[in-house]
Amino acid sequence: MFDFLRYKENIAIISDRNETLTYSQLIDCTDDFVASIPRKGLVFTLCENLLGSLVGYVACIRNKIPQVLLDGSKDIELIHRLIDIYKPEYIWLPTSRSKDVNGTIVHQYQTYSLVMMSYAISEGFHPVNSELLVCLTTSGSTGSPKLVRISENNLLSNAESIANYLSIDHNERPITVLPMYYSYGLSVINSHLIKGATILLTDKAVLQREFWAFFKEYEATSLAGVPYTFEMLKRLRFFKMDLPSLRYMTQAGGKLSKELAKEYIEYSQEKGKKFFVMYGQTEATARMSYLPWSNALEKYSSIGISIPGGKFALLDSDGTEILEPCRDGELVYYGKNVSLGYAECRMDLSKGDDNNGCLRTGDIAQRDSDGFYYITGRMKRFVKVWGNRCNLDAIEQLCKEITSLCACVGVDDLITVFLCEDSLKDNILSMLVEKTGFNPRAFQFKTINQLPLLSNGKINYQALENLR
Amino acid sequence: MTNIEKYNNLFCESFQLQPDEIENAEYKVTELWDSVGHMILASNIEEMFEIELDPDDILDFTSYSKGLTILTNKYNIIF
Repeated sequence: MFDFLRYKENIAIISDRNETLTYSQLIDCTDDFVASIPRKGLVFTLCENLLGSLVGYVACIRNKIPQVLLDGSKDIELIHRLIDIYKPEYIWLPTSRSKDVNGTIVHQYQTYSLVMMSYAISEGFHPVNSELLVCLTTSGSTGSPKLVRISENNLLSNAESIANYLSIDHNERPITVLPMYYSYGLSVINSHLIKGATILLTDKAVLQREFWAFFKEYEATSLAGVPYTFEMLKRLRFFKMDLPSLRYMTQAGGKLSKELAKEYIEYSQEKGKKFFVMYGQTEATARMSYLPWSNALEKYSSIGISIPGGKFALLDSDGTEILEPCRDGELVYYGKNVSLGYAECRMDLSKGDDNNGCLRTGDIAQRDSDGFYYITGRMKRFVKVWGNRCNLDAIEQLCKEITSLCACVGVDDLITVFLCEDSLKDNILSMLVEKTGFNPRAFQFKTINQLPLLSNGKINYQALENLR
Repeated sequence: MTNIEKYNNLFCESFQLQPDEIENAEYKVTELWDSVGHMILASNIEEMFEIELDPDDILDFTSYSKGLTILTNKYNIIF
């Protein structure tokens, strides 16, 4: 995956804690990581945007050690649930949390420790498919244990394709706005490390003064954000900031409003920068499409065209391919970056390629006569809440632990929970906030006398949509 | 309502805090004061006091007490 020897003298990582690693030093410290383990096994990486976390990730990739990337800020209860399901042999986590798991520390680097789990020593190691390299969560927010299985080929082909259409070379210095356990955030890291570029690593948010000080000091050349990032940036009067080093911005992780997309595109044109609207899913490792800069203003509401090496098709409800323009159909993607499939237990990590390079996205789209794609709807019941994919059925399940008389519908950034008992509202809200980690503004409540049902007894979500 | 009462109420509402908790409220420390909470607080402050916060002040508004200082010194709100 990574050919660091080509870039030995280049700086690979600069952190906001004054740490710097060249590619040659990155080779050394990832070699140390691997030398410390008696044998390869599954690693859980509890990610933070910190040097230790990133070095552990790279060490596993370089040595073909399969790992699951998890949100390191999640509480230990959730991590333990995942440990029970996937039985990792090792956990790479902040040293301050190493007492939370039962095992022996076998390696340390900066603020991170590698714990070898006690049961791995007593029960032995479980096999994992040799193609499998990284697993990502499908939805960090609802705590769903379902993972997407990604191979080295998936990672490499997507990173190369992204580096190609964004013209990434060793001069780039992307700043980390997104977390590395998130497929989009991870794609930024991978597409730059394969080109010998310098990652500006920070765990600060765009709302923090330290973020901008770091950005300016090390002259970041790009930033990647979800729609909410760009809403916040506008609020911070981003358009008036003086950022001469910034070469381009990318946006994915949900639909940016047309107006805002246009504003960013116009700003970028005026300032000699670029703005890329993109589309992807974790199931496709990260990216499936991008809007080429030369078409940005003309097609600002489009997700663009498939990435180099990939291909889209639209299928009607019979599964027949739609060839004429401007007709809605399910968006299907073909490419080497289509993941191997899902996993729901440790056994599933032994599985091979379930998808064979074809992904049914569950999104409804159409194509214009120039071949550009537009997302017009969604088949599956999920919404994006500030860039996090959130399954409405999973939210409903959480609510059902408190009351069976509930149903959820939603749009991006706002989930509506219908209840029959108004008095349960506060109770359910605090539970949802705790479980999802979302700000309470993500939820609104409506009380109705009775949940509307279809003739087959199932909840009539369409009717609820109209009451939203 | 006095200005300090308005200010305190905004903290209670924005972050679902009890009155005795607000003085310790801090960005990224207080549970609901994340980036989303921060934007909500900024909007609420602007609406309540009929001002427009400068982006620098939004960035610096990182705790209950810093907010009071900013509003007093730069927006002439008397508490």
